Amino acid sequence: MSGLKKILGLLWIVAGPVIIIFLFMQAADKIGEAAEGIARTNTTLQWAIIILIFIPICTGLVIFGYYAWKGEYDHLPESSEEL
Amino acid sequence: MRSTESNVTQSITQVIAASSLGTLIEWYDFYIFGSLAVIIGQQLFPSDAGASALINTLAIFAAGFIVRPFGALVFGRLGDLIGRKYTFLLTLVLMGGSTFLIGLIPSYSSIGYAAPILVLILRLVQGLALGGEYGGAATYVAEHAPVGKRGFFTSWIQTTATLGLFLSLGVIVLTKNILGAKNFADWGWRIPFLVSILLVVVSIYIRMKMHESPVFSKLKAEGKVSANPLKESFQKKANFKMVLVALFGATMGQGVVWYTGQFYAQSFLENTCKLDFNESRYILLWAIVFATPFFVIFGSWSDKVGRKWIMLTGMLLGVVCYRPIYQYFLDATDVKEMQKTMLLSESEPVVERGLVPDKADSLITTTITKTLTNGMTFKESKVEVITEDVLAEVPAVQTVIKDVTLSTQSYIMVILLVFFQIVLVTMVYGPIAAFLVELFPTQIRYTSMSLPYHIGNGVFGGLVPFIATLIASFQGSTPLSGLWYPIGIAALSFIIGAVYINNRRDENVMD
Repeated sequence: MSGLKKILGLLWIVAGPVIIIFLFMQAADKIGEAAEGIARTNTTLQWAIIILIFIPICTGLVIFGYYAWKGEYDHLPESSEEL
Repeated sequence: MRSTESNVTQSITQVIAASSLGTLIEWYDFYIFGSLAVIIGQQLFPSDAGASALINTLAIFAAGFIVRPFGALVFGRLGDLIGRKYTFLLTLVLMGGSTFLIGLIPSYSSIGYAAPILVLILRLVQGLALGGEYGGAATYVAEHAPVGKRGFFTSWIQTTATLGLFLSLGVIVLTKNILGAKNFADWGWRIPFLVSILLVVVSIYIRMKMHESPVFSKLKAEGKVSANPLKESFQKKANFKMVLVALFGATMGQGVVWYTGQFYAQSFLENTCKLDFNESRYILLWAIVFATPFFVIFGSWSDKVGRKWIMLTGMLLGVVCYRPIYQYFLDATDVKEMQKTMLLSESEPVVERGLVPDKADSLITTTITKTLTNGMTFKESKVEVITEDVLAEVPAVQTVIKDVTLSTQSYIMVILLVFFQIVLVTMVYGPIAAFLVELFPTQIRYTSMSLPYHIGNGVFGGLVPFIATLIASFQGSTPLSGLWYPIGIAALSFIIGAVYINNRRDENVMD
């Protein structure tokens, strides 16, 4: 199981930036499609909030992957004494 | 001896009642805004669609996705510094006060842009308060619960989000039926907001009489309260890695299963399947009534078999079953196909004439109510645009299906399938409070559990409608394509949970 945790860790490290790039591409696409004026401002605002929220979440995913790769999850606390 | 046991039981019952009632009211407050968004838009927002959309975006996106996690940090920190009782009392006051004040805001026609700006500010306060409430209530109950019954006792807190939704729908339907549609749209919509203050006062009175959590009191007496809960939660690797695994392995999947079962299902039935407005709501209400006890059943069961596999089974069943369930919804409401072989009768056509907004063109809508041999009814409207410009291309006549009502057999089947989705919600959500509480030490429990919960539920769950609509806009998409978002996130969370989470049931939270 430890090996699997580590290998999947690499996947999470890669997934973080990939998701952010995908979101930026979608944002550019949808903002470009929106009509000029308030509709475009509204779409830009929506996507700005989503990207603002997902950057720290995806950074968290990369850190999670890094911890997994380094073996931090090989043993998790079994009881409160280990917390 | 028997008397002591009775006192302990009574005390825990009071703890659960006080915590659950307050949390239920907070969810009620949060949902009535969503349920009455259209009327609020008409009364308090400018008629200019663009400006309205902008303020709405801020109210929905900012309150749900930014302010809720921020509230989790602010109040989580406070709860770990000064105590659980006073912090979740404060969130209740903020939530109840802001809801009451929304009911008092003068209309846009009276005070202009001050009305939507006040709505926005109060909505942000609601989001902030909600972010702080849940972690406090769950921690407070868990720290009172006897060993081996933490899942059972905290599961009562877990029923409140669903019951808050039920209560908000119930109060709105009742007020509307008593006052009539016109009065309700004019001023009656304020009543559900104003009623909230009565509920909040009762809840504050009950909570004021409760004592601080014994675990936190002991910590405080020993001088072991954390000096900086935020730093300890997110800068200490041993704890931060647990925050990450809680988010990606549990709350992220829980959030999408929760929103798909309770919101996306109803929205899909109404908007995609064109089900009648009331029928889609009654289906949800019935499903909630029958499924709610399962929060307690699964919470209690998790005390015996562990939290992990109950939650993950709920996610896996969602991954496997969502597409067949929603395909059934589409098939059961495909009246276009059914009427080819099952048409029983048609009403006389009703013709309505109007104007195309902002144009000189005329709009003729011809509506026929059709009944099928299986008892289903629906309205079929043909919308025709008569343009005055003789050189302009003649627009095609559009056929619109709406107000579909189901046959008895399909109605029961759809209730069962929505019920099944809410049972999945109870599987992922029932044990999660106990799971989160046991993952973190007392000093930083409120802070550490609140953030992953509100990112999972608020951000990943709250984005289900937005991302489902986004996916549906891709080229070649089908009405079921939007489901790939909850399916993908639940599958990812299942894998991370299965590989990285322990199936522990911690007997002791006095750490």
